[in-house]
Amino acid sequence: MASVKLTINNQAHTLDVDPEMPLLWAIRDVVGLTGTKFGCGIAQCGACTVHLDGNPTRSCSIPVSAVVGQKITTIEGISKNADHPVQKAWVEHQVPQCGYCQSGQIMSAVALLKQTPKPTDADIDTAMQGNICRCGTYNRIRQAIHTASAEMGSSPKMPKSNPKIGKR
Amino acid sequence: MSQKPQNQTGTSRRDFLKAASLTGAVFALGLPKSEILASPILNLSSQPGLVLPETAELTPYILIEKSGRITIMNPRPEIGQGTYQSVPALIAEELEVSLDKVVIRQTGGETKFGGMWSQAVGGSGSIRGGYTQMRKVGASAREMLIKAASDQWNVPVEECYAENATVVHKPTGKKLTYGQLAEPAAKLPVPKEPKLKDPKQFTMLGKSMPRPDVPLKVSGQATFGIDAKVPGMVYASIERCPVLGSKLVSFDASQALKVKGVQKAVKIERVVGKNHYEGVAVIASNYWAALQGRKALKVKWDHQGHDTFNSADFEKSLRDLAKSDGVVGHNAGDFDKAFADSPNQLEAFYETPIVTHSTMEPMNALAHYQPGVDSPGNKVELWVSSQGGDLVKDEVAKALKVPADNVAVHILFNGGGFGRRLTQDFATEAAMLSKTIGKPVKVIWTREDDTLLGPFRPMTFSAMRGALSADGKAVAFQHKVISPSIDATMNEKYDKTKPDGTMLEGTGEQKYEIPNLNTRYVNADIHIPLTYWRSVTSSTVAFAHECFIDELAHKAGKDPLAFRLAMLAKDTDAKRVLTKLKEVSGWNKSLPAGKGRGIAQWEFFAGLAAQVVEVSKNTTGGVTIDKVYCVIDLGTVVNPDTVKAQVEGAIAMAITAATKDGITFENGQAKQANFDANRMLRINEMPQVEVHILAEGGPTIKGVGEPGLPPLAPALANAVFAATGKRIRRLPFDLEKLA
Repeated sequence: MASVKLTINNQAHTLDVDPEMPLLWAIRDVVGLTGTKFGCGIAQCGACTVHLDGNPTRSCSIPVSAVVGQKITTIEGISKNADHPVQKAWVEHQVPQCGYCQSGQIMSAVALLKQTPKPTDADIDTAMQGNICRCGTYNRIRQAIHTASAEMGSSPKMPKSNPKIGKR
Repeated sequence: MSQKPQNQTGTSRRDFLKAASLTGAVFALGLPKSEILASPILNLSSQPGLVLPETAELTPYILIEKSGRITIMNPRPEIGQGTYQSVPALIAEELEVSLDKVVIRQTGGETKFGGMWSQAVGGSGSIRGGYTQMRKVGASAREMLIKAASDQWNVPVEECYAENATVVHKPTGKKLTYGQLAEPAAKLPVPKEPKLKDPKQFTMLGKSMPRPDVPLKVSGQATFGIDAKVPGMVYASIERCPVLGSKLVSFDASQALKVKGVQKAVKIERVVGKNHYEGVAVIASNYWAALQGRKALKVKWDHQGHDTFNSADFEKSLRDLAKSDGVVGHNAGDFDKAFADSPNQLEAFYETPIVTHSTMEPMNALAHYQPGVDSPGNKVELWVSSQGGDLVKDEVAKALKVPADNVAVHILFNGGGFGRRLTQDFATEAAMLSKTIGKPVKVIWTREDDTLLGPFRPMTFSAMRGALSADGKAVAFQHKVISPSIDATMNEKYDKTKPDGTMLEGTGEQKYEIPNLNTRYVNADIHIPLTYWRSVTSSTVAFAHECFIDELAHKAGKDPLAFRLAMLAKDTDAKRVLTKLKEVSGWNKSLPAGKGRGIAQWEFFAGLAAQVVEVSKNTTGGVTIDKVYCVIDLGTVVNPDTVKAQVEGAIAMAITAATKDGITFENGQAKQANFDANRMLRINEMPQVEVHILAEGGPTIKGVGEPGLPPLAPALANAVFAATGKRIRRLPFDLEKLA
């Protein structure tokens, strides 16, 4: 065992684990964040997708020793109140069925929109192809990504000191 | 692990509840405070033994706290099909409460919720089986609350009504909340035949409502079985022989025990129906260590001769068996004579593969066996993704030989089910392992375990014969299914001389008015465990049946849809569905060159749907699926958006089964072990889907989860024929390159 220092969702963790332990199991079993899922163990399904310095990565296939010093973000870390535009679009389109793959789907989608704010269907195919959904929610995923893209592009955030007050 | 024992309030109450009516509309005297065995589906890890304070139980399904908080107990596990919303909505609609004000908890197989299978999900049965029953539960409680208010105000019941979790006295506008009324209401007798709402007054049922599990599932907060944790828990990974049927000769764990974190290695049994398999469990403080320890095991297996089993030989045996007569399932008229008399005969042979369920959440279970489980207060407790709390309870009680009442089950969100989680081998195995090692243990299967070890969906081969009349109608139709049997691989008693209803599913139920119809079944022995898969045998036999109808249509020189409608003179649901599909799919509009469309319908125990698939020839010598139109007939719909989602999902699953790898055996083991070889449909391969729901009332309610699956493969193959002239008679086939 060795002491490994990781930064997950802006929090520093010191883990006493085998340096070869895949990041997935460190996140789930040791840190205790269970939103990131185990699906295949060979980077084929995307259920375990997290961000390393913003890049989508299959956490089942990368040892903790390889991610020291990088900023790790999990599904729990992309927003404080589950209100990231991608999460809101996922609710609007009622994307999840069983929901098991959706953390990974959302992590891939968030990374896509960061890099390509206005993705085409072909962009979505490329970015989301690594995430399997056995329930078949793909068409809703596609629609939700377009909705989130529109939302992120069209509504610059109002300064907090000057909220809009709607009349009744 | 602080949950109060189930029998704390004494035997009399339990016996009373057991004797209560199956509608579940029983009441409890007094205020039971702590015997609630709800599965803490929310934030399980932090609150494994949540106890509701000062709660009145109006029926076992409805708990109301003085604070006004309402808990609805949902007997149907959520596997992605939407029962976490649709079933509680049936209760909430009649109770006059909004679902977003309600806490929903899963039942865990407790007998007060009914007999076996009343807390399971399968056969698309949750709504069609519970639509009236669950509404009655809510209506009974509503009437009790209104009665309690009218008693308190000393006014006639007729002057009071319920609305938004309160009872209102119409003439004065006085109000009492359900929280204020719960205690006196719980002491009232339960109305036997409560008055149900007029569907015109529904605020939830029949409308697309958001599902309450969705926010949990987009934030990583939903607790699946694999996420469950209890103090003192250890992890296990189990080495089992991929040559199914092998016996464990010996194992050497000396290297495994050197892996940091590994605690021990023990022999463990896995029970799948009549099949008993042996394995070696490696116990460790974390799952990664258990996996590393497992890799370091040295295990000797005796394959019992099963290592010669391979798919090519087995398929050949099925083709040979097709020559035998088999057992008659359904018979009308005289097929042999009508076939012999016709100058216009057709024969064809269809083949389908074994496939996996491949739920995204691999099989797993957390079990805690408490020593002295026969003593009061002790139990074996499980946290599990399963399609039935009652099924887990039953199988674990039998495997451990303990009273069923001492098995406590917490049903968590299932990361997919598709029929796989109707078999509780993963749960019984974890329970036995916890007993062996004396600790709570979580067993997690690897994807390879999940893919290699079954139980699988059976393959079916079909020998089809048909004949046409002079005016081009089918006058004789025979469907002979040659296949291994789910029942035979799971149960000790199997009678080969009787028709196997499951393996002939749907073949005698289509509404086509064919005067001479004959279905037959030929059983083939196999040692591989087989089980139910979404839409069961309809998922394969519909392919043969509806493609052969298409072949007959072409032989008769008729349009495939017109050919079908011509055999549906009587007013049937099938006729209405096909007529609707003709309209919405634009069947009569011509398609550009290089495109083609195919049609299929299927009616079976779970329900009825029909589809049109449109394909285009692509540049690689194959086809692309452009669009699928589906009409599903329900009679009554609870949540249209959920129905749409289920049909989309069924289509995705059917495309995978029809065009991806399937499972083949070589040297006794499945060749495909993970998603690299057992490929699943991905987003770039998903066609557009347009769903139309028929909900025109009627006496029966049809199912939602499965009927969208069977029509896809035949409609797709028929579309391929229309576009390319190539007739697909064997699944899976490669969309990229037609053979």
